[in-house]
Amino acid sequence: MAEAAELPDRESLQGYQLRVVREVLLALLAGEASHGYQLRARLALALGPLAGALNDGQVYVTLNRLEKAGLVVSERVGQADKPDRRVYELTPAGRHQVTEWLGDTSWPKPAPAEFHLKLVAAAAAGLADPVGLVNQQRRALLVGLAQAQRAALAEPDASVAALLLEGVVLRLQADLRWLEACARYWNEAKERR
Amino acid sequence: MTGTTGSVLSASGLRKEYGEGVALVRAVDDVSLEVAQGESVAIVGPSGCGKSTLLYLLGGLERPTAGTLELAHRRLEQMPEAGLARLRRRALGFVFQAFHLVDELTALENVELPALLAGASPRTARERATDLLEQVGLEDRAEHLPSALSGGQRQRVAIARALANGPAVVLADEPTGNLDSAATTEVLRLFEQLHADGQTLVVVTHDERIASTADRLITMRDGRFVDETKLTGGTQRTVAEIAGLDG
Repeated sequence: MAEAAELPDRESLQGYQLRVVREVLLALLAGEASHGYQLRARLALALGPLAGALNDGQVYVTLNRLEKAGLVVSERVGQADKPDRRVYELTPAGRHQVTEWLGDTSWPKPAPAEFHLKLVAAAAAGLADPVGLVNQQRRALLVGLAQAQRAALAEPDASVAALLLEGVVLRLQADLRWLEACARYWNEAKERR
Repeated sequence: MTGTTGSVLSASGLRKEYGEGVALVRAVDDVSLEVAQGESVAIVGPSGCGKSTLLYLLGGLERPTAGTLELAHRRLEQMPEAGLARLRRRALGFVFQAFHLVDELTALENVELPALLAGASPRTARERATDLLEQVGLEDRAEHLPSALSGGQRQRVAIARALANGPAVVLADEPTGNLDSAATTEVLRLFEQLHADGQTLVVVTHDERIASTADRLITMRDGRFVDETKLTGGTQRTVAEIAGLDG
């Protein structure tokens, strides 16, 4: 693709704390030019109780870097009685990046292999009881589940952030189901020995 | 008999066996449990782990093969059936997966039934039932038959009924097992509200999601308690990380 060469490579974008913030800011700007405060409010609404994970300056720092990378341009707009604000707009390179992001089907990886191998190794080397390790892991996930579930229940009806929390809950539920299978297997392995 | 602990529900060395000889099954095997006033406890395990049997033992619906059981400072395991039935009515509220409402009675009549059975005057029972339906957000469904209610609404009526005699403990067996996701949320919100009001709750379920609103989660396998987790220590950070907001 011809434009690809104009895009800054992923490496040069390192230093962004959150890839997702970068991508979503670009995508929001694809709709209309906005200033930082508007973008931040949109993100906060989408994340609900998890918005605290973004520190306050993140949106502004990210916009600044996106501008340096040539993905957005900004213009100072004067306001009566208030300091000027900066309005950001997508460049063609930024628009291209948004299209790529929307079409990207890579998915955050759950990583059962590492835990699985930990259990196998612990059992083989006699380092620890695999069932004990499963229970320990399960406790950690349950605490996360409790937190997510309570946050979800506290959201009002039709909250978009509740949908994110539901995603967290369902993912943990799937992991817990697998841990149950791990416990069953390693319990039976103990009996076989 | 006066209890020696501050627990409202207390079990020690509880065992329940079915069959004999080679066919002997220990559905509940040496289970001990203390539930404090106002605490909410979830017991979780795969189907067949003995959790429902345990709930029936705790609720005096079945008798243990061995062990001791104390509810509201009264020993249960040897109590004659009539006394046990009275204690169940007065001190316990039950919530089941299949609701168990009386189909021919309205929501209000279902809720007032336990108070009437316990000897309350019709007027007192009606007032109390009206309050409870309001508490579960169904005051406008008082005259509906169960068949005219959604699953979530039926379970809320059943929860109101469980509260009719101001029970020391509410025992729930897979309370959301027959409900879709939205109705499950309704019921979980209601349980949270009850818990906040100081109601002692014991819930058995195979679903960690249901159990995760409890203070304490106990895992049961093959009739035994194998693990326990306090669910009050997480941080928002944990959730944000799982959500993919972790830098």
